[in-house]
Amino acid sequence: MFYREAGQFKTSYRADMAVFPILQDRIGLGVILFVAVVLVPLLGDDFFLNTIMIPFLIMALATIGLNILTGYAGQLSLGAGGFMGAGAYACYKLTTYFPDTNILILVLASGLVSAAIGIVFGLPSLRIKGFYLAVATLAAQFFLEWCFIRIPWLYNSNASGAIEVPGRTGFGVMLTGPSASPEARYFAVLGLVALLTWIASNLVHGRIGRSWMMIRDMDIAAELIGVRPLRAKLSAFAVSSFYLGVAGAMMVFFWLGAAEPSSFSINLSFLILFMTIIGGLGSLVGSFFGAAFIFILPVLIRAAPRTFGIDVAADAVQHLTYMIIGALIIVFLIVEPHGLARLWQVGKQKLRTWPFPY
Amino acid sequence: MDVLWAVLVQPFVDMVSAPDFLLQVLWDGFVGGVLYALIALGFVLIFKASGIFNFAQGIMVVFAALTLVGLYALGMPAWVALGLTLVVMFVLAVAVERLVLRPLVNQPDIILFMATIGLTYFLIGLGEFVFGGEPKVMITEALGLPTGMREWEVFGGVVFFQEIDIAAAAIAIVMVVGIGVFFHYTRIGRALRAVADDHQAALSVGISLEQIWVIVWFTAGVVALATGIMWGARSDVSFALQIIALKALPVLILGGFTSIPGAIVGGLIIGIGEKLGEIYWGPLIGGGIESWLAYVIALVFLLFRPQGLFGERIIERV
Repeated sequence: MFYREAGQFKTSYRADMAVFPILQDRIGLGVILFVAVVLVPLLGDDFFLNTIMIPFLIMALATIGLNILTGYAGQLSLGAGGFMGAGAYACYKLTTYFPDTNILILVLASGLVSAAIGIVFGLPSLRIKGFYLAVATLAAQFFLEWCFIRIPWLYNSNASGAIEVPGRTGFGVMLTGPSASPEARYFAVLGLVALLTWIASNLVHGRIGRSWMMIRDMDIAAELIGVRPLRAKLSAFAVSSFYLGVAGAMMVFFWLGAAEPSSFSINLSFLILFMTIIGGLGSLVGSFFGAAFIFILPVLIRAAPRTFGIDVAADAVQHLTYMIIGALIIVFLIVEPHGLARLWQVGKQKLRTWPFPY
Repeated sequence: MDVLWAVLVQPFVDMVSAPDFLLQVLWDGFVGGVLYALIALGFVLIFKASGIFNFAQGIMVVFAALTLVGLYALGMPAWVALGLTLVVMFVLAVAVERLVLRPLVNQPDIILFMATIGLTYFLIGLGEFVFGGEPKVMITEALGLPTGMREWEVFGGVVFFQEIDIAAAAIAIVMVVGIGVFFHYTRIGRALRAVADDHQAALSVGISLEQIWVIVWFTAGVVALATGIMWGARSDVSFALQIIALKALPVLILGGFTSIPGAIVGGLIIGIGEKLGEIYWGPLIGGGIESWLAYVIALVFLLFRPQGLFGERIIERV
């Protein structure tokens, strides 16, 4: 009834190929942006911003990064955490050398460092496929983790071996460090995530995104009709690592405030992979759904016993959380293997014919 | 020049000048390799029969060992606990087949892979919930496994062998031979190989896929239990084992996903290679390279043989 494209005529090819061809979608996007920019900072308290919104947005960005590689280009990767760490440490070194530069620029620049590392570790993908490649990306994960521990230069040789975020500014506002307000950090994160999501959307709808999908669907056929596997695969690795690196830098600088090598362990890689698959492979909006589901669910489960007044020991809750998440993942894969993004599409289709489904 | 010398010549000089130490390192690497090979064996069994990359094999090892220790702690004799653990692994196999595999038939590989990761999380939570998270001591003596130490004087030095390591190697060999015989000469084994070859063809001659999957998962569970006992006897039974189980992945790609001999040879190459690398080349770049050396070794092999040493040739058609 409300969600129907009848009467919306497209008069040009551009309009027909737009990312949001339907008016209601554009309105919906506007509403989401309005909520994110105005309502969340107005109504949410510091706790909500710090523990839910900021990490959710950062995880969503990381999920987009992995989705580009695994969902769009079809290269299974278990090294997401390592690349996030690469971005974080690169950003840390950059802030050491350029203390007065706008921190947002440094965060984006650290993504470039991560992208370069991603290209190097993407080289095996030219010869190895599928699960073999997944194991090859584990090499990246463990090697990078080892670097974070063993190369003192990366953490400025401080005694703890951890990186501590210094206070840095962007556009004259304190954005990182202990004295930065949650609102300022939230807006920095929101701005970067919105910008990068927009860029990603254009990438995957454009020539390069199509070449990724062709490689994913059938690489030999893609090669035959003129897609260069070298360029397509390595660009996917580069773009994906860029996003992961930026997400990693943001995770440390805008959320955690400090990090040690174990923050970027294989568990983080799995977490991001879960978000990608639960959200839906090859779907940007799915990345946000997946991040929300996997990240916010444990928070809710942990809060649930207290809400209902049941007294459960903290570690028992932790174990139960593991069990519930594991079981939910399996259930989810059985019920909807294509992820939340598919549910979203089905819902939209239903809404289109509502209230008179045929 | 100094760098080249230190990388290319000095380690070998060290090896030759202290052959007893080299032998010790090789033995340690061999034992590590046997255990990697055992974990990889569990992977290969399941991958062959169902094409599923079973990420949960590592946690199955921990889970089996924990169950054994936990049951023994309840006051049962060791052999009863062992039998009950086997029952638990069988129930797990049936449950996995019923609740996870059967509803997911015909899904893409990555979905099944993710499902086994979900299973991993579930088992971690369940194991910690039931048995607690703290490390446990394996009941080596109650099971009648030797715990002593043997010395062997050779090359003017002494090489130490843990008896448990010798037992581990022996049990591993027995198990691999047993599985090999089982696969080759029994009716079920032939059915297993048929399923591994072609699911539909196997179905059409009346082989029950469900039954085969239960058997395969149970066999993998038995292998996991043996691995858990061996590894638990060397260190503690704890969830840290699960990270070590990740080491079985380079073993797998080295040997090829579908080959049992490949898993053994791959395990030994990785085990020995990583020990040698750690001892002789590790100090050059700060040590601790064990964490990633295995993957790099496997990667180098893969660049020349993308299907692993013993894997079936990958034939691609458009």
